[in-house]
Amino acid sequence: MTDLIEVKEADFDLGLEYQALRGSADGPGAIVTFTGLVRDFGDQRGVQGLYLEHYPGMTESVLEGLITEARERWTIQAARIIHRVGRLHLQDQIVFVGISSSHRSDAFAACSFIMDALKTSAPFWKKEITAQGEYWVEQKASDQTQAEKWLTNDSNSQM
Amino acid sequence: MITVNVLFFARLRESLETDRLIVTLDDGETAADLLTRLAGRGSAWAQLTEGPTVMIAVNQTMVRATTALQDQDEVALFPPVTGG
Repeated sequence: MTDLIEVKEADFDLGLEYQALRGSADGPGAIVTFTGLVRDFGDQRGVQGLYLEHYPGMTESVLEGLITEARERWTIQAARIIHRVGRLHLQDQIVFVGISSSHRSDAFAACSFIMDALKTSAPFWKKEITAQGEYWVEQKASDQTQAEKWLTNDSNSQM
Repeated sequence: MITVNVLFFARLRESLETDRLIVTLDDGETAADLLTRLAGRGSAWAQLTEGPTVMIAVNQTMVRATTALQDQDEVALFPPVTGG
């Protein structure tokens, strides 16, 4: 099982990540991947790009914790998370989550859980760059709601 | 007396024009006490108690404001996160 957590400026190659998941453990029955891209509308209209900042050290440990939690809740083989930081342009890839598992339902659930929890608990901050200026993105109530639906009775999450 | 290392990120780092600060506190003071002390510096610092939600991490783990701080803690203050 080859988990991966990477926070970096450089882009990633979906094909290589998929192959890494495919070769993981003794052959998964299912692979689910998610890729997030920079879009031209967010809090602001006419977004030209993003600047992403993070808290080195804490980011990696939060992501590691999410993989651990996913593994406790679902049967998964490998989990790979890549998140880019720094200056990004329209349509650039921002984030990748890939899960391999024996079963598709576990792979879908783990991938969805990690993305939802990442958005409300991993210390990343986005700033939208437009022709009018630069604006820090505000956290959405809908992101909190999405993350909260994964809470279990024994969760002591502080999200 | 205890000394903590305070880090600021994103909007807070920019509006306070500070990315890190060493602060001396009395024994037993909490993260909320730290925010109150910093807010007392006035102007932009007042947002720490009067502005939008401030998230607090101690030694890289999210905590509640009632958490007591220890000597040499790394205390990070930042807005709600917006990655992904």
